[in-house]
Amino acid sequence: MTEPLISVRHLTRDFEITRGLSHKKIGTIRAVNDVSFSIQRGEILGMVGESGCGKTTAGRCVLRAIEPTAGEVWIRLVETEEAQNLLQFTPRQLQTVRKDMRLIFQDPYSSLNPRMTIKDILSEVLVTNGLTRSKSDTYYQVATILEKVGLSEDHMSLYPHAFSGGQRQRIAIARALISKPKFIVADEPVSALDVSIQAQILNLLLQLKSEMNLTFLFIAHNLAVIGHACDRIAVMYLGEIVEMADAAAVINSPCHPYSEALISAVPEPDPRIRKKRIPLRGEIGDFLNLPSGCVFHPRCPYVLDICRTQKPELHNINIKEDKEHWVACHFAGSLNLAGIGQ
Amino acid sequence: MIRSNISRMIKKMGKGNTAPEMSDGDEKAIDTKIARASQWQLIRWKFFQHKLAVVALFVLIIFYLAILFAEFLSPYDPHQDHAMYQYVPPQPIHFIDEQGNFHLRPFVYKLSSQIDEVTLASIYTEDRTEIHPLYLFVHGDPYRLWGLIESDIHLFGTKTGVYFFPLGTDQLGRDLLSLIIFGGRISLSIGLLGIVITFVLGILIGGISGYYGGILDILIQRITEFLKSIPTLPLWMALSTALPSNWTIIQVYFGIVIILSLLGWTDLARVVRGKFMSLKSEDFIMAAKLDGCSDLKIIFRYLLPSFMSYVIASLTLWIPDMIIGETSLSFIGLGLQSPAISWGVLLNDAQKIHVLSKAPWLLIPGAFVIAAILSFNFVGDALRDAADPYTKV
Amino acid sequence: MAKNSDVLLSVRNLSTHFFSREGVLRALNNVTFDIHQGETLALVGESGCGKSVTSQSILRIVPSNGRIVSGEILFKKDEKYIDLAKLDERGALIRSIRGGDIAMIFQEPMTSFSPVHTIGNQIMEAIQLHTSMNKDEARRYAIKLLKKVEMPHAEQQIDAYSFNLSGGMRQRAMIAMALACSPRLLIADEPTSALDVTIQAQVLELIAGLQENSQMSLMMITHDLGVVAQIAENVLIMYLGECMEYGSVDAIYHNPKHPYTVGLLASVPKIKTHFKEQLVPIHGNVPSLYERPSGCPFHPRCKHIINGLCDRQEAPVIEVEPRHTVKCFLYSEGKHP
Repeated sequence: MTEPLISVRHLTRDFEITRGLSHKKIGTIRAVNDVSFSIQRGEILGMVGESGCGKTTAGRCVLRAIEPTAGEVWIRLVETEEAQNLLQFTPRQLQTVRKDMRLIFQDPYSSLNPRMTIKDILSEVLVTNGLTRSKSDTYYQVATILEKVGLSEDHMSLYPHAFSGGQRQRIAIARALISKPKFIVADEPVSALDVSIQAQILNLLLQLKSEMNLTFLFIAHNLAVIGHACDRIAVMYLGEIVEMADAAAVINSPCHPYSEALISAVPEPDPRIRKKRIPLRGEIGDFLNLPSGCVFHPRCPYVLDICRTQKPELHNINIKEDKEHWVACHFAGSLNLAGIGQ
Repeated sequence: MIRSNISRMIKKMGKGNTAPEMSDGDEKAIDTKIARASQWQLIRWKFFQHKLAVVALFVLIIFYLAILFAEFLSPYDPHQDHAMYQYVPPQPIHFIDEQGNFHLRPFVYKLSSQIDEVTLASIYTEDRTEIHPLYLFVHGDPYRLWGLIESDIHLFGTKTGVYFFPLGTDQLGRDLLSLIIFGGRISLSIGLLGIVITFVLGILIGGISGYYGGILDILIQRITEFLKSIPTLPLWMALSTALPSNWTIIQVYFGIVIILSLLGWTDLARVVRGKFMSLKSEDFIMAAKLDGCSDLKIIFRYLLPSFMSYVIASLTLWIPDMIIGETSLSFIGLGLQSPAISWGVLLNDAQKIHVLSKAPWLLIPGAFVIAAILSFNFVGDALRDAADPYTKV
Repeated sequence: MAKNSDVLLSVRNLSTHFFSREGVLRALNNVTFDIHQGETLALVGESGCGKSVTSQSILRIVPSNGRIVSGEILFKKDEKYIDLAKLDERGALIRSIRGGDIAMIFQEPMTSFSPVHTIGNQIMEAIQLHTSMNKDEARRYAIKLLKKVEMPHAEQQIDAYSFNLSGGMRQRAMIAMALACSPRLLIADEPTSALDVTIQAQVLELIAGLQENSQMSLMMITHDLGVVAQIAENVLIMYLGECMEYGSVDAIYHNPKHPYTVGLLASVPKIKTHFKEQLVPIHGNVPSLYERPSGCPFHPRCKHIINGLCDRQEAPVIEVEPRHTVKCFLYSEGKHP
């Protein structure tokens, strides 16, 4: 197996809760807990989970949009070079990779500065990173990327308020891609859009990915979208990855009870596929009162004593085979879990 | 949806095309005024939807033009006493003379005075034997416009030298209209100067507080709250009494400006801080950071333009407070005093009971104060409403 | 399932318009559908399709600048049908129906509950408005309702405030309040859109269970085609205020006729079947209601547009098979594709 483009090791991010005038610390929320994963060049890794699972925070930490509390982010943007730890970069070094690692935001209404023209918004990264030689070069680059995302160069001099949600998201995608990056973190890129527009944007992302040879970390809460778009899936719960494998493997034969529940909970748009589900009981866990042992045990239908006391490690259960399948469960592989079609 | 809001605005203005019917993947470019509108144009358009504010703006423009050309507009030198004409009531204009003839050009009668035997007050009657038409651009008391241009042309007056006091006179026989116009110079300009100081302090302090947060923010907030909890008028009064009595009018004037703007920045700092904090977490700010923008660029290119409109609205709403401040201080004798002329000083002179009963027209400066304050409030409210033209309604 | 073929609610040619200085917004145009006793009808559409305005019109809570301009809303009460559209919207009759015969639950339970009253208080208020129970009886009944909606520790939670509860719990409290007076029709406006998917599954199971036991009809408003497929018996597809297609859930999903329906179904990613199959999105945008296209509102985005017809006139409603209607020129006489 070739070396990955990006390799995240033991990523952790804490938030402090303070109270009172002096901002006294009364607790810590560990939003991302010891998360490790790799993404190969040209791959789309999907990160899926419900609210509070830490996927958005993890995505931002990977780009150093927010600073992680601990961990390593090894990037190898050029295949022939050594991997480097992004978290140890000086501000100046960080500046040099900004153009190669970009973020697409969820909300197309707040991610574009309403007071700047589309041209200015898109060219900001070019100007700041010296990627343009002249005004006409800027114009040309902006026009090119606009055409690529399905808009037109005439839209350059307009302001964001002239566009619909779907079009704004195209502009957001254009902004991410104009610097010809290698790696994109897409944070819920279609969640805020109407159903018929979601499909347009998803198709656009997949098309651009193959055209421009991009690598994606795709974050979403909608398992159907993730399953459709991603090569591999990482399922997150309360700040941890509980399962990570090929999309088809996770969906057809999940090995973690939470993945099973998630798959079962997704309503399939086909009335002929209706089965009586036993929905997961309980609420999504509270960060301030993390369960002991396995974070999922209070809701797990297969819970046994060991689950309450000992925390399961994320380990690969497919040692012998080519494709890895990581699970954080004491009984990984031995539970007969229902994927789809079962 | 913002788009529908804006397309409604377009329809209202009847500017042809509706908002862009942009289909995804549609190469056709549809261009409209709104789509190209920068934030300031949008704010302007939204502002003009408030009819009252537009009228108020008009009033303010007239006021400020008037005080600019005070020497020309006022019929007389405001300092000029007319000993024969103390406490003259507002003089009526006539169009129809004693014989029933209609004159296109308005005219006045000469006033003759008699002393009432009992009250010893002057009673003025019109001498209807002769008419004295009013003309535009007549010669009158000489002046130097802005201290530079010598002239003696006034906007209106009689050619015969007969006095015309449209709003009456005061105890010294000074023309009230002239006094009001000149008084406006001080009363209306104090507000404008004051906000400059407020502006600088407000942005600086509010910006630091909002951008850096932490201990600095806490400290500044507590100081701000402390200052805000001090009752304004008593503080102003206390500070005014501290002004040395031997200061010239100009010195007192600037002293008042500083005193008034001492507290003004607190509101603005709050607004700025609030905006900074909310903007800090906006996605497009993080996008700019991820583009590689430096902190400085983010402050000036992204943050500042985003709240400038709120700053302007805030400042506009502070001006009436300063006008009231100066008026109140002068009214109670603590700010400017005679021979300085401001609306507050004029109202001070009108305090006495016998004045109120004898010469109630001397309260007219109050009407101008109210008009100015209301106008600023209407404009400020509309600005505050228009300050964010992007919110969905 | 609909055990009784009695029609509970019959909406006929309902048109609701909004009036402002800028013009008339035709939010609903000739909307027609029936709900039978015990049936679950799903109202499906994207933004601007008018699904919320439909429920507002039924309950007569349309915002003040809007008005029902034509049509009937026939609701069966005491063995006869009354036209809700003709009632005085502040009158006693509609108020007794609201919360009593017809209840509604909303998408965002946080904003639907008053933050300064306990949920118990609010449920009891609903109870006391429509029944003759006194305070103690109402409280006991409220606790019973909370248990029915599977709220853990109901006796304590009854005194909780809405912000003390998680999203799923708030939604359960909202359902409890809606069920307080055993309504015959429950209108659920995007009840699970703001919830996580595992919580959504819980709430949907709950609603289905409650319905089974009580013969209550459910009108589920949503944009989620997955949810619709799993709980609906009949489906009404709306677009820009018009009913594009109506039919049983199987007919709509496996024999869709209207180009919009076909397009919608093709845009939704599926994981259980057609996994990784290419999505075929509908070209173009949902226009805002202020820029409503003439004739059939879908025509600018339709692949099968018949020029001169679709862009000029309102499409006719055709019954393509029993209890399956389409509003489309493609299916009028002689034009079956």
